Amino acid sequence: MTIPSPLDEVHRELGAAFTDFAGWSMPVRYGSELAEHRAVREAAGLFDLSHMGEIEVTGPGAAAALNYALVGNLASVKVGRARYSMLCAEDGGVLDDLVTYRLADERFLVVANAANVDVVARALAGRAEKFDAQVTDRSREFALIAVQGPNSADILRAVSDADLGGLKYYASMEATVAGIDLLLARTGYTGEDGFELYCSPEQAPALWRALTEAGEPHGLLPAGLASRDTLRLEAGMPLYGHELSSGMTPFEAGLGRVVKFEKEGDFVGRKALQARSEQSPERVLVALAGEGRRAPRAGYAVLGPDGERNVGEITSGALSPTLGYPIAMAYISAGLSETGTALTVDVRGKSLPVTVTALPFYQR
Amino acid sequence: MDVPAELRYTEEHEWVDARSEAVRVGITEYAQDQLGDVVFVDLPEPGTSLTAGDVFGEVESTKSVSELFAPIDGEIIVSNAAVADAPELINSDPYGEGWLVEIMPAEPADVGALLDADAYQKLIEG
Repeated sequence: MTIPSPLDEVHRELGAAFTDFAGWSMPVRYGSELAEHRAVREAAGLFDLSHMGEIEVTGPGAAAALNYALVGNLASVKVGRARYSMLCAEDGGVLDDLVTYRLADERFLVVANAANVDVVARALAGRAEKFDAQVTDRSREFALIAVQGPNSADILRAVSDADLGGLKYYASMEATVAGIDLLLARTGYTGEDGFELYCSPEQAPALWRALTEAGEPHGLLPAGLASRDTLRLEAGMPLYGHELSSGMTPFEAGLGRVVKFEKEGDFVGRKALQARSEQSPERVLVALAGEGRRAPRAGYAVLGPDGERNVGEITSGALSPTLGYPIAMAYISAGLSETGTALTVDVRGKSLPVTVTALPFYQR
Repeated sequence: MDVPAELRYTEEHEWVDARSEAVRVGITEYAQDQLGDVVFVDLPEPGTSLTAGDVFGEVESTKSVSELFAPIDGEIIVSNAAVADAPELINSDPYGEGWLVEIMPAEPADVGALLDADAYQKLIEG
């Protein structure tokens, strides 16, 4: 049994195709996923992300609890700002990557991937025990709608008096949009300017319809998870379960900068991560670009330039809708990770020549 | 979903047009809808011999890869070059410009064993 989104009825009216995602039935596309991808790059797209998890951490010890629970320095985040961070295990393995909003001095909202909500909620609750802080999973109290793309600010302005000019990237504010009180954040997962709107599930359909109407003159299309995946891949953003997993630390993923050793006090995973930060990893995450139209896909083997030795594995790949050539991310042996290195990918028995390139593939 | 009455079908969601000597083969409207936007098609060279059930090519969408299976025994006469250049024709016109190959059947009567439109309609309605 899958959980329907609070916007399920709206999606059915729009003729969406659905996919099961971490136990949720979510729209994978409404019409053409390439058109939806293009709309986000050139105009705007409207996403339902209600499957994401929202966990609240409150109390006088909330900041200290999060500094112990996560690898980042959440205590240094100013009220109204957000921070990308990770929850790691004692051995340094990544349990989830998260965006945390500081809503007040003693109140944080931690946004977790749908598949990891229970793991994150349990870990945060356990790790917060010795602090004066409460951890509450509020996932079912929030719908999440994202407006992403160059026209998204114009669309929001049509339905809200909120000071968008004052709302910086990775900031949030309480706002009224289309008459609905919500949390408005300038965050996203597409590589474009955009907003994420956290509202009550009951009000989500009205908000969606208002944004659809306001977006119409601005080229807004409803966009499904298929386009979200190609958008984040072009932007070089990792996806948990693909680029990130409990079997690797942030350092292999090239995201060691999110680990703040200099922060005060202990944090879960510090010892293992410290040791890891002092060695060169055996395998590292790289970006690969190819020619033609055939895409490397998750799980495909990466071979040396001779097409023989297995040197790694693809984690995500697609024919880039924006660039028109195949792009992928892969874990490969560290010695072969230099930009410009020629490798091959075994695409179902045929070898596709690829070159190690720099992330992101696409930058606005 | 459109299931033209004059065509024959396979359980792998291919259609076969047996109204000419060399039969034309493509994927159904249902199949293209399940795939999403088709971005790459790999089709065989003319002259390739096929046995029913052989994999003769691939259709890739942004999210998935589907193999194409020979509906009957025969030989590839022609592959649709237009669809190789513009795979989106498979989405926009699956029964028309989005056709894939023409096969000369080894045994023309084999086509009669394929699903008719009613049987295929039942298949996709599950």
